[in-house]
Amino acid sequence: MIALFLVMLCALPFFLPGYRVFQLTLTIIYAIALLGLNLLTGFNGQISLGHGAFYAIGAYVAAILMDRFGAPYWLTIPVAGFVCLGAGFLFGLPALRLEPLYLALATFALGVALPQILKYKHLEHWTGGVQGIVINKPDPPPGLPLSQDQWLYFLALMVAVLMFGLARNLLRGRVGRAIVAIRDHPIAAETMGINTALYKSLTFGVSAMYTGVAGALGAIAVQFVAPDSFSVFLSITFLVGVVIGGLASISGALYGALFIQFIPNIADQISKSAPWAVYGLFLIGFMYLMPWGIAGSVRRGWAGVLSHFKRPPA
Amino acid sequence: MDAFLHQVLSGLATGGIYASLALALVMIYQATHLISFAQGEMAMFSTYLAWSMINAGLPYWAAFIFTVAISFAAGALIERVIIRPVEKAPVLTVVIVIIGLLIMLNSLAGWIYGYTVQPFPSPFPAQPLLANTYLSSHELGAIGVTLVVLALVYAFFRFTPLGLAMRAAAQNPESSRLVGIRVGSMLALGWGLAAAIGAVAGMMVAPIVYLDPNMMSGILLYAFAAAVLGGISNPWGAVLGGFLVGVLENLAGAYVVGTELKLSVALAIIVGVLVIKPNGLFGKPLVSRV
Repeated sequence: MIALFLVMLCALPFFLPGYRVFQLTLTIIYAIALLGLNLLTGFNGQISLGHGAFYAIGAYVAAILMDRFGAPYWLTIPVAGFVCLGAGFLFGLPALRLEPLYLALATFALGVALPQILKYKHLEHWTGGVQGIVINKPDPPPGLPLSQDQWLYFLALMVAVLMFGLARNLLRGRVGRAIVAIRDHPIAAETMGINTALYKSLTFGVSAMYTGVAGALGAIAVQFVAPDSFSVFLSITFLVGVVIGGLASISGALYGALFIQFIPNIADQISKSAPWAVYGLFLIGFMYLMPWGIAGSVRRGWAGVLSHFKRPPA
Repeated sequence: MDAFLHQVLSGLATGGIYASLALALVMIYQATHLISFAQGEMAMFSTYLAWSMINAGLPYWAAFIFTVAISFAAGALIERVIIRPVEKAPVLTVVIVIIGLLIMLNSLAGWIYGYTVQPFPSPFPAQPLLANTYLSSHELGAIGVTLVVLALVYAFFRFTPLGLAMRAAAQNPESSRLVGIRVGSMLALGWGLAAAIGAVAGMMVAPIVYLDPNMMSGILLYAFAAAVLGGISNPWGAVLGGFLVGVLENLAGAYVVGTELKLSVALAIIVGVLVIKPNGLFGKPLVSRV
């Protein structure tokens, strides 16, 4: 099933026009970011309203490395990941003592404040201030018959497959069970010998790493970073994607990414004058119909179908 | 010294506005254990309502009273129509619904009233009161209005049966229901009150920051900082936190970091307080039973 899905994904860019391929590339990148946030919010039960900040950090690390140091684009992706791992771990250290609600507030403040910090004039030498940084689109490796857009798509897809595989393995093992146990019953988890504090800040770091990798990819795909593209609205969009897609579900990241990439376009087509009002309606409507997210509804739908077939013959 | 005093006093004036919005946040939190991210946008919308009434020729205070009344009804209606259906869903689902509400309100305001920045009239005379040189009369008036609102809210919760019923419903819904309090209505009432307080805050801050659909995002952040600083379980703490944040913000902006990094001050306050004193200055420590 997954193999079939992957083959389909690989075939897609050869049948779609360049702009659609670019949109799909962004969707894949969002999916990586959402997966990171879902690790934190869905599996570990910590709410973050500031993951846009880590996306921004990843994007800026990639852009600065390429712009100021002439680093090759593929190298910036892991570097951005590691920088965000560190940043997330450090931010998680004080945050881990907090109630989920306070954590939401603290991360929200981070998301609001970061664009201002990026514009700060003493950092302008690095960040380019309000103007941001323009970077070049990477060429496909020589010998591959791909356009630049198609190459970006495959690059994002490769990174995404790697990251999704990592997350799946992480969550299936001992660490994953510890993460979920902390969400479900922190006190019980602690009595079982799980170092709650360490695991919580580590999860925060790993989650930030995913988002940072996505940010670096996003910067390469859009070829431009500027403070105002990483407003707190981005952080809120990520949270929306995670909840709409389905909390604590790996496939939910995909559904959520499709939602945040394409629903604004659809809303724009419905009403040119107040597209975000339509978007808000979509948001509320989705939550009424599927309080457990799209992945939750899909799961229940499958369970319903299966139980129908398994019913013992009368 | 004069300049310093001026900074402190005008910090108190903006602090009063943070205090009222923080109070609105704390009230919704106390009644429903939710942080209402839509609070700022609700206040913004109310302020636009007041603006269109004043433009239609209504005297200021009449528009003021109508706006507060309409906001109260709208807040209660929002709880009934939009929040109630997801009451039993996971917390994050409710948060997303509130975010949807926020986005809708923002977009509708932009659609109806446009995104251009509008001036908003102040009900107070233009020349400083009592010949002081530190505070404009609007700033003085805003502090006064805030204090009146606080006193009213305090009296309501402390001395009226309805206020008592609301506190009971928030603290222990099951037992309250057993003694005949309609918990659902109390929740709607809480949202209505918060919306009304937010409307007052919006009308007081609009002459200072001007009116536009995004006017509240920064202010809401400061209100969060205030609520966290004072302890989100304590209305008085939130109010005091509001004044403190206002003064701190002004002083830091004038002497330490400059106006560009003012929002980062709020971030530093929130994170700093949470690290040193997670329950805020006046909050009750949370005790959980195993």
